[in-house]
Amino acid sequence: MSVLVYAENADGKFKKSIFEAVSYARAIADANNTSLVAISIGNVGNDQLTALGKYGADKILNVSNDKLKNFVNQAYASVIAEAAKKENADVVVLSNSFSGRGLAPRIGVKLDAGVADGAVSLPDQSSGKFLVKKTAFSGKAFARVELTSPIKVVALTPNSYQVVEKAAAGTVEDFSVETKESDFKAMLKDIVKATDKVSLPDAEIVVSGGRGLKGPENWGMIEELASLLGAATACSKPVSDAGWRPHEEHVGQTGIAVSPNLYIAIGISGAIQHIAGISASKVIVVINKDAEAPFYKVADYGIVGDAFEVVPKLIAAIKEYKASA
Amino acid sequence: MMNILVCISNVPDTTTKITFTNNNTQFNAAGVQFIINPYDEIALARAIELTDGGKGTVTVINVGEANTEPTIRKALAIGATDAVRVNANPHDAYFVAKQVAEYAKTKNFDLILTGRESIDYNGSKVAAMIGELLDIPSVSIIKKLDVDGSSATVEREIEGGKEVLTVPFPLVAGAAEGVAEPKIPNMRGIMSARTKPLQVMEAVPVTTLEEVVDYETPAPRGQVKLVPADNVAKLVDLLHNEAKVI
Repeated sequence: MSVLVYAENADGKFKKSIFEAVSYARAIADANNTSLVAISIGNVGNDQLTALGKYGADKILNVSNDKLKNFVNQAYASVIAEAAKKENADVVVLSNSFSGRGLAPRIGVKLDAGVADGAVSLPDQSSGKFLVKKTAFSGKAFARVELTSPIKVVALTPNSYQVVEKAAAGTVEDFSVETKESDFKAMLKDIVKATDKVSLPDAEIVVSGGRGLKGPENWGMIEELASLLGAATACSKPVSDAGWRPHEEHVGQTGIAVSPNLYIAIGISGAIQHIAGISASKVIVVINKDAEAPFYKVADYGIVGDAFEVVPKLIAAIKEYKASA
Repeated sequence: MMNILVCISNVPDTTTKITFTNNNTQFNAAGVQFIINPYDEIALARAIELTDGGKGTVTVINVGEANTEPTIRKALAIGATDAVRVNANPHDAYFVAKQVAEYAKTKNFDLILTGRESIDYNGSKVAAMIGELLDIPSVSIIKKLDVDGSSATVEREIEGGKEVLTVPFPLVAGAAEGVAEPKIPNMRGIMSARTKPLQVMEAVPVTTLEEVVDYETPAPRGQVKLVPADNVAKLVDLLHNEAKVI
């Protein structure tokens, strides 16, 4: 028995959300008194791979097959399932990233394993059952799901579990695996990346704008504030529907759900659907000129005032704070 | 002629205040309006665009009990050619994927579409599970879908960007925002929906791999701490020293 964690790499490096998944998997391995094996696929340097030992990986399987250097959903799912079988893994952990979401269900089917996607905390095994808490109803509730199959697949929501340094052997081992032609039908034509932006699903701080900003030409101050805080930018549904901001920034019940440490909402009234998408935020700040805006009911901090006056002052105050820090 | 299968699920409308009954083990459906999952509507709209003008057929499939029929008729009104309802409670994503895969095995669909996730369980699992069960490619969260002869070009969202992929038919894809604008049924659509075929099938048995044990509503947040607009520096101070988020 063991726990297997898929360490997804982004351009050969591991992001914080992957260290979170390794720490999470380590905690499960400790609870089950078993070992933790990590698997990496692609061109990842040895120092990056051994670093996974810092977060608890006893062994790291390195799959550096040239055919797998870019993400191929079907092929990666096959490789991870093969590794799970070889390592006798009874729990497979992934980060619930965009790629993770495509992989976890296929791995589940291959292993006849239940899949708990979007986990927000460690599995509760105290009653002898394997219970995983995840968000449901797009952030309006939580569901506790029991995985009843012998093998379990869990995909962890980024920024839900703290990275823990827990040194383990971290031995890197080459893992070569036979790939199937039929797993490579999807062909990658192009990758487009906006490298200067902070990715919204992983962001620790989010600055979000709504209709109160009146038009796309007024987003400069949102972007400036976000840049100062190292934050991702987001928006409400009416703003993305109007084409002021791209769909990827739409946060809400029919947009993306975010779980940052800090969510700053500017000129957003707080419709129930928007709040659903941000309910996992640890701290919520609302800036709106309407004191009756429903958003204040879920805010931790708020400023009632005109965004066009308050935000520039906030930018100035943060610059001052950074200068004196 | 392109044949597309669109999977639709019946979900509580987005304005619903979510509550639970029976000791928090059941969703309280009393007085709740149900709709087609918004992402499935996007998938359906794209399917109709791609087959418009006799270029193909769009079959919608739903796993649900008789109560889902109005939602299925709405999909027919929007423009689907025909519908199938697998008569069963949609227990979980794997159960649903199995029913769809069993049905799809008997037909020859070029494209199977779902929404990227359902707004009740936020799973993003069904598309990929169908793909695995049918041993065909799946792309779970797509922002753009174009077809050309016997293959599809899709854009899949990744952190901080997107990937463009070409995938030969047949494939499964989960539609996200941007794939199409949802279509509003017109009068002709609504009238024809009543007579378009809606086949009811029995479910195949499926091993249960997961079970929802109970639900929890998030703890209410405390009172908001208001900071005066003329003392914005105080907010920065609170965020740093009290909340410790910057």
